[in-house]
Amino acid sequence: MTILLNEKSRVVVQGITGSEGSFHTRESVKMETNVVAGVTPGKGGTDLDGIPVYNRVSDAVEREGANVSGIYTPAAFAPDAIFEAIEAGIGLVVCMTEGLPVAEMIKVKQALKGSGTRMIGPNCPGITTPGVGKVGFMPNFIHRIGNVGVVSRSGTLTYEMIWQLTGLGIGQSTSVGIGGDPIVGSGFIDILELFEKDPQTEAIVMIGEIGGTAEEEAAEFIQTQVAKPVVSFIAGRTAPPGRRMGHAGAIISGGKGTAEEKIKALERAGVFVEKNPAEIGRRVQEILKRIAA
Amino acid sequence: MKIHEYQAKKLLLDYGIPAPRGEVAATPEEARRIAGELAGQVVVKAQIHAGGRGKGGGVKPAAAPDEAETAARSILGMQLVTHQTGPEGKRVRKVLVEEASAIRKELYLSVVVDRSRGRECVVFMASEAGGMDIEQVAASAPEKIVKCAVHPAVGFSPFQARKLSVSLGLDAGQSRQFAEIVRNLYRLFLEKDCSLVEINPLAITEPGQLLALDTKINFDDDGLHRHPEIRELRDPDEEDPLEVAAKNAAVNYIKLDGNVGCMVNGAGLAMTTMDLIKIAGGEPANFLDVGGGASVEQIEKVFRILTSDPNVKCILVNIFGGILRCDRVSAGLIQAAGKIDMKLPMVVRLQGTNVEEGRRMLQESGLRFTVADGLYEAAQKAVSLIGS
Repeated sequence: MTILLNEKSRVVVQGITGSEGSFHTRESVKMETNVVAGVTPGKGGTDLDGIPVYNRVSDAVEREGANVSGIYTPAAFAPDAIFEAIEAGIGLVVCMTEGLPVAEMIKVKQALKGSGTRMIGPNCPGITTPGVGKVGFMPNFIHRIGNVGVVSRSGTLTYEMIWQLTGLGIGQSTSVGIGGDPIVGSGFIDILELFEKDPQTEAIVMIGEIGGTAEEEAAEFIQTQVAKPVVSFIAGRTAPPGRRMGHAGAIISGGKGTAEEKIKALERAGVFVEKNPAEIGRRVQEILKRIAA
Repeated sequence: MKIHEYQAKKLLLDYGIPAPRGEVAATPEEARRIAGELAGQVVVKAQIHAGGRGKGGGVKPAAAPDEAETAARSILGMQLVTHQTGPEGKRVRKVLVEEASAIRKELYLSVVVDRSRGRECVVFMASEAGGMDIEQVAASAPEKIVKCAVHPAVGFSPFQARKLSVSLGLDAGQSRQFAEIVRNLYRLFLEKDCSLVEINPLAITEPGQLLALDTKINFDDDGLHRHPEIRELRDPDEEDPLEVAAKNAAVNYIKLDGNVGCMVNGAGLAMTTMDLIKIAGGEPANFLDVGGGASVEQIEKVFRILTSDPNVKCILVNIFGGILRCDRVSAGLIQAAGKIDMKLPMVVRLQGTNVEEGRRMLQESGLRFTVADGLYEAAQKAVSLIGS
């Protein structure tokens, strides 16, 4: 059992013919991801390494049974791509694109409500399930099959953490990048809920950063709804207030959203917050030893 | 993205929201001319991208054009320090000369985005505690702030205005004006992809009219690509020159006060690198995310930016290479360091594809590279090399 991606996943890549889309599709195929189709309006009838390209997501659903979509479309067109995937009945949409206006994500959240579609992203490295495949662009070499679930707002910081775990022989059940934007398709709570129910996941690594209240909301959720051990790291303790630290969602606004507040909330909820990012792997190792004992 | 008060007021007026008549001046003579045209009491207001200008001495009344000229002369060119500028303050290059109004009461009105899970939408906030720092009001008397969420599928509905105007104690005439203002504000907020619109104070003048006496409008950076007219309002003088250079090099850079410069790929990893420097006993000089690519040209530009900061005594490069191959990164680092004749010590921590090759290249380059393996070790080495 895994969360989100499994042997039944049939992936369509929206924006497959672009430089990002084509490169990452090929990398994901190297990981044996089941990419069944691509969509680029106007390029229908062509193919990428034998993967059929269609003009419409609905064609990919009807003709190839696509049920997961990976979106690499540029920011100006990504909201439209998301709406199209929802309308076509895709159950899981993963949008890697950075730069979607907040006003568009407000609309996307409305479209997702009651739709049967779950969205991950935008502005994220996607989902990687060792042994099944990936929808996104986390580097292939860092992963190892195992029992730790990883959920993070970051990109390369996530790779660091996964790499630390793999280096200690600790594998991952699923790694999910939820993205760095202020409004995301799925937040920490949504993924924690899935990890809690997943028999393959025994412990969870949660990587947060400044800005917003997602970590505080997750802390409250963990307190009553998550029994599995959670190890967390929060980036940005030295971030100055009022500045956007790369990610659109990483901003301390009106005094709210500081790393210290998040760390306090998580610790109160029984989460193991590691202050030294170089030690996350070892911390998880200790905890796994404890629960095995 | 931020804009000046005078630009924000023009936008309000474009959207049918009442604001005082006024014009921007860059010289005392222009201020005099505008004051003459406005004919009557005016206020001369420093235009910088920060609040608290009044307390800092950047706002002066003037009863006649020659007084306006004098006021402008004293404000223009001053290094205005407010609680929002930092101790070095901001240089004032423009003033807004606008008609003064007799004020009966000051209210607060703002529009923001609520990003909380399940409630993502635009929110109006209003308070009778106008003219004050709203964060202080939120801390000391939160009950004085009323909020109203706008359902995205519904859009603005008149009850939203009523909810706020009743709590503000407005009379019938003022409520009508207020409803118009709120409706137009919502339109402005969505149409221009704003991240914040704050009218503080929204004044009730002596004749009982509502007037946006001061306003601040911030824009969603991710919406700017569809608003060329807003992009034109950018004022590079208000931005740190190194940060402007970084934007032009397509890297995310924020200048801080410390002495360990950083270059990292990824925003989360870049914040983490800053945090690590602090844990290792140093102070980060900056946040810098080079993103997914690190061409020689980009690395060279980054090195130039980092070495232009006189506080930087050592550079820490932290790259986790996924698609980005470590040997390519090293080639870029070596070439760039050579080109700019880099004198500062550099600690390079690489992980990822072709990492052994990448490390070897740096060690054999003959340049001041120290190669580090672990995250913390890299930060420690960088801090220890300060002053070497």
